[in-house]
Amino acid sequence: MSDLHGLYQEVILDHNKKPHNFRAMAEANRRAEGFNRLCGDKVTIFLKMDGEQISDISFQGSGCAISTASASILTDAVKGKTRAEAESLFQTFHNLVTGHGGNGKNQQPAGLGKLAVFSGVSEYPARVKCASLAWHTLHNALQGNQELVSTEIEEQVPGEIR
Amino acid sequence: MATTHHEVLGSAIDAPQSGSLDVYKIREDFPILKQKVNGKPLVYLDNAATSQKPQAVLDALKHYYTVDNSNVHRGVHELSQRATKAYEDVRAKVQHFLNARESREIIYVRGTTEAINLVAMTYGRKNIGAGDEIIITAMEHHSNIVPWQLLCEEKGAVLRVAPINDSGELLLDEFKNLLNPQTKFVAVAHVSNALGTVNPVRQIVELAHRSNFPVLIDGAQAAPHIKIDVQALDCDFYTLSSHKIFGPTGVGVLYGKAALLEAMPPYQGGGDMISSVTFEKTLYNVIPYKFEAGTPNIAGVIGLGAGIDYVNRVGLENIAAYEHELLAYATEQLTKIPGLRIIGTAKEKAAVLSFVLEGVHPHDAGTILDQEGIAVRTGHHCAQPVMNRFGIPATTRASLAFYNTKEEVDALVKGIKKVQEIFA
Repeated sequence: MSDLHGLYQEVILDHNKKPHNFRAMAEANRRAEGFNRLCGDKVTIFLKMDGEQISDISFQGSGCAISTASASILTDAVKGKTRAEAESLFQTFHNLVTGHGGNGKNQQPAGLGKLAVFSGVSEYPARVKCASLAWHTLHNALQGNQELVSTEIEEQVPGEIR
Repeated sequence: MATTHHEVLGSAIDAPQSGSLDVYKIREDFPILKQKVNGKPLVYLDNAATSQKPQAVLDALKHYYTVDNSNVHRGVHELSQRATKAYEDVRAKVQHFLNARESREIIYVRGTTEAINLVAMTYGRKNIGAGDEIIITAMEHHSNIVPWQLLCEEKGAVLRVAPINDSGELLLDEFKNLLNPQTKFVAVAHVSNALGTVNPVRQIVELAHRSNFPVLIDGAQAAPHIKIDVQALDCDFYTLSSHKIFGPTGVGVLYGKAALLEAMPPYQGGGDMISSVTFEKTLYNVIPYKFEAGTPNIAGVIGLGAGIDYVNRVGLENIAAYEHELLAYATEQLTKIPGLRIIGTAKEKAAVLSFVLEGVHPHDAGTILDQEGIAVRTGHHCAQPVMNRFGIPATTRASLAFYNTKEEVDALVKGIKKVQEIFA
């Protein structure tokens, strides 16, 4: 299996320590909550939509380094984008972390920018749900879906043990 | 085949040793421990989730399916009689293991979870009504919370929770304060899976019996570590899971006092639990069969028997003494690590080390330790109320067994330091 530094890259560790856009947003007109039952990770995504455009985004919550950094980088990545662009980026990101992206190994899909630091996640199937929790939650917020997102269901991760 | 089986059983541990345990010899009996994980020797420290199986258990399962496989309590043919004998012999083994009065007090179930559900759905449904109270503790596993919540919801009964202190010990005085004429049942863990705390179950039973209501002890985490004597404890129900005591998954035991079991309605209907069936009326079988509807997990039961034999050969007193020493060593080593806080520091403790690292989420710690070949549990350990009590979302948990070594504890310490380096 890959070197740990493939997973815990400097950028991820930095965003974990000092997450961007980490705040509640009073003027948000959309919000959604995500929860990972297995590890207890929680995230709330706040959106200020200007028509189809994400004019502002923030998040709050608690979780592991992967989920916190993912949420932080997500907010940077989709701010100013349209709903369709954000959804498309989610798809690209999802392919990246599940190892379905690109034409061959080590080939990353184009247009990822900073999100490419999550390429190491595909080597750690147990951590895919950590990286994608914020994105599933964003998806729900964009859909105006108020239901709690659970990556347990989204990523087909089985339940709990003693 | 049978001879081979017995030879393997006796291979590494020739005779019960007194007061000592050769861990390196014991490790030879657990083939799974010999592998490498991520290029490093496996350090298996997730024994509270499930234990590894000695060769003797694997051989017993293979022997059953290769030689004796047949349904129990049904056929007059040779194989069925062999399978029935092997299956029922284990009942006597479990009886002696728990020091129960009679073998009919031993009921096979799928595991501790089903054992507790069985009691809630039979004894509970019959004897607990609106306004009645059930007491549990703040350190229970979800499997000793949710069945009682379901019962309370159905009956309009009330669940009371005895609190714990900052060390993770039950506050016995607070427990006493909860007792009142409405109290009808107590369900308590013998050993906490998340904290390792050993509860004063004998005292709890004594207090409950003064007011004449029964006590269930969840022994899932105790049975692999502590000699259990249900008569000395005088508990009314005791539960254990085979897979935590070096046997296969999917099987467990409910011990219940015969008089209580006899008065309880059946749990599930089906074959084997009846003595006669017509469309007008069905007469139930005697205990324990009344509670064992359908073809049971025969192989699992036989494997459990082999697991108990193995534990008996090593000797629970030796196991307890060795694990105590290992726990003391691990506690000392972990306490030295700056930024590490042990969650669960009870005076009476089984070999469980739950901890949190400053600035590191347990999930990240778990992934990094896994890269070092170290298997630990990270998360809430199916005990979310315990996590809430300590104000943390999760812990990293290293749970030890008698096949773990001081060198493995050292590997854990080294792994934790690596986690801290990455997150420095």
